[in-house]
Amino acid sequence: MQTNQILALFCGTLLVLGLIAFFLGRAKAAKVRASGTAMYAQPDQYAWFSVLSTAGPAILVGALGAFVMLLAGAEIPTLYLLAASLVVGCAGLAMGIALVRPEFHARKAIERVIRFFLAGAALISIVTTFGILVSIVGEAIRFFQMQSFWDFITGTTWNPGASFLEAAGRAEEGASAAQFGSVPLFAGTFMITLVAMLVAIPVGLLAAIYMAEFAPRRVRTLAKPVLEVLAGIPTVVYGFFAAITVAPIIVDVAGFFGLDASFNNALAPGVVMGIMIIPFISSLSDDVINSVPDSMRQGSLALGMTKGETIRDVVVPAALPGIISASLLAMSRALGETMIVVMAAGMRPNLTANPLEDMTTVTVRIVAALTGDQEFASAETLSAFALGLVLFVVTLSLNLVSVIMIRRFREKYRINNL
Amino acid sequence: MSQSFDEISAQLRRRHRKSARLKWVSMGALGLAGLFLVLFFADMLVKGLPAFQQAQIQVEVDYSEQASQLPLAAVQEDVRPLVSRGYLRLIPGRMEDNPDLLGTTRMEWVLADGQVDQYLKGHHSKLSGSEQTVVERLVDQGRAELRFNTTFFTSGDSKMPELAGIAAAAMGTVLTLLVTLAVSFPIGVMTAVYLEEFAPDNRVTQLIEININNLAAIPSILFGLLGLAIFINFFGVPRSSPVVGGLTLALMTLPVIIIATRTALRSVPDSIRHAAFGVGCSRWQVVRDHVLPLAMPGIMTGSIIGLAQAMGETAPLIIVGMVAFIPDVGATFTEAATVLPAQIFTWAGEPDRAFIEKTSGGILVLLTVLITLNATAVVLRKKFERRW
Repeated sequence: MQTNQILALFCGTLLVLGLIAFFLGRAKAAKVRASGTAMYAQPDQYAWFSVLSTAGPAILVGALGAFVMLLAGAEIPTLYLLAASLVVGCAGLAMGIALVRPEFHARKAIERVIRFFLAGAALISIVTTFGILVSIVGEAIRFFQMQSFWDFITGTTWNPGASFLEAAGRAEEGASAAQFGSVPLFAGTFMITLVAMLVAIPVGLLAAIYMAEFAPRRVRTLAKPVLEVLAGIPTVVYGFFAAITVAPIIVDVAGFFGLDASFNNALAPGVVMGIMIIPFISSLSDDVINSVPDSMRQGSLALGMTKGETIRDVVVPAALPGIISASLLAMSRALGETMIVVMAAGMRPNLTANPLEDMTTVTVRIVAALTGDQEFASAETLSAFALGLVLFVVTLSLNLVSVIMIRRFREKYRINNL
Repeated sequence: MSQSFDEISAQLRRRHRKSARLKWVSMGALGLAGLFLVLFFADMLVKGLPAFQQAQIQVEVDYSEQASQLPLAAVQEDVRPLVSRGYLRLIPGRMEDNPDLLGTTRMEWVLADGQVDQYLKGHHSKLSGSEQTVVERLVDQGRAELRFNTTFFTSGDSKMPELAGIAAAAMGTVLTLLVTLAVSFPIGVMTAVYLEEFAPDNRVTQLIEININNLAAIPSILFGLLGLAIFINFFGVPRSSPVVGGLTLALMTLPVIIIATRTALRSVPDSIRHAAFGVGCSRWQVVRDHVLPLAMPGIMTGSIIGLAQAMGETAPLIIVGMVAFIPDVGATFTEAATVLPAQIFTWAGEPDRAFIEKTSGGILVLLTVLITLNATAVVLRKKFERRW
């Protein structure tokens, strides 16, 4: 039988069993109550408890069996599994009906089950993080078994070249060995991120200062959502914009100054990425600046400082942890940004300090390694996971530092709404 | 050392000028961001609006015996290179469906080749000199014009720009988002309810909280790696399918929904809970009958925003293979599909200039849908927001 049919059969039978449990449980409870005995719960609650005690164990057994089959590869005939789970379901039904007694707390029992379910849902987020970690680390270890970790970290040549032929067992004599030196990729990522931050931090911070300190209330309520639009535009759209509109402009401008720029220069994706992350910086900085206590402004103004001096020497330094936190968050966003660089930055690993040349980034190589037609076990495909691991570690540390900074700020000024 | 009044007031003026300068500079920064937004949308509109029009030409179609074998023979030689090859290919099929056509000759408006379209829109085209004169003649006779491009909305991807459309990608987006919503909404709301209403304040709870915040900041491409390694390689979910894409996006959307739901739950005042407990409700009954309904508008708003975010996401979907070439509009969860952003990405990589227009057109559609979604969220919040 097909898996689909078995699943349909399972669901159908369980539905019928559940209905039986519901009506039997309710009927029994109603009868007990009608006989004048006081009960701890309503008939409906007893009915629902019977349903839970029928379906719960049956689904548990079915899921467990399926999981064991998938994990351990053990061959349990699906029909046996079906029968086993249904038998357990019937046993649960009998137990549920038997438990419909006046002194049984059906409502509390249901409550416990629901609580258990909710906690299970909450654990999924942990499982997700764990899953990311396991999947990335597992494949990265396989990669480092093939390639030396030291070469990966310090090598300056990224040339996966013939690695897919090796994996297919068709390595040619004399073909150059694949090299996985990731330094040029990190250099490219760093360069593009740097350009992005050079655009985003001044503009974002100044915009936040204007919104928090100068702007009339109407402008502020209007400007904030408009800025958020920048963060809401899909990155693939930004990538297209960077590649089709911004890059040619940069080439033209560079040509005007007698410089030679590549169409895949690092400047275009950097600038566009910077614009994208402006709201990340401005929004959080705006909140932070707003939550600097007014007493500090009043004190500064009372000493005869001008408004500008107050902002520069009192408000911004006080808000600095929050601003740095916002910048770190934006930086981690820029490091992990994919579509803009895939579409607008180059593919060639290039170790250079000139942003007008084409450079490639970590995320570009991840995408390139995983969209080709390679064998999954080839070193190039696995290199994507090694790069992903580095990306994960770096962004995670940036996020953690950012969280710690904002918490410190919050504790210093006793603010609860950040 | 004393200063004269003049010196002091000059110094003061300088300081105030400096203060004013900060105001103007910071205003300029905000203006710059706004200006970029305006330029960006203007650029997209200029590039994308022509995609909604497509050249059509009126030609004599000869449904002869020969045309059913060799569709090229259905139109006269001078206009043959101007008619879309994709349209010509459909002729034998139409003749089979409708036998009455055989032997008739009709004047019909047919889809023109992509190059004619580019020529009529004033772009560079690969038409030869003689072909251009033919097009000019047709235009003079009123037999060639730009019409509303229905193909763009009704067909799937194609290598011929005049036949390429977003329908397949739109369908894929709908299916993928259905999976995303079906997975992330219940789990997200349940997690938030647990953390806000049930969980004791202990180490595990704090760990979950930190973890959720972290999950929201992990680069999206890493979710793609997770999807590839866990869903595809381990659980054997079909590659490129809306299921695997939807599941991957669901994990990304989860933190957004959790955070929004928690905020919504927290804004329900405790007096509601106390009153419900007071009349003897159990904790779950309080949540189900009183807190959740009151928090629903906030939860919906957050979920819509999360969905809009998922809808524009491309990177993880590329990793799980949702950049497939999908010419037909499919409707299954397990077959290869593509989504709107991935379609935009594919078109952006096409060398043919006509595809720049298609790409921008697709972007306009995507942005319109996203803005509508976000506007709906704002309206929902405005309409149902309650101050306690």
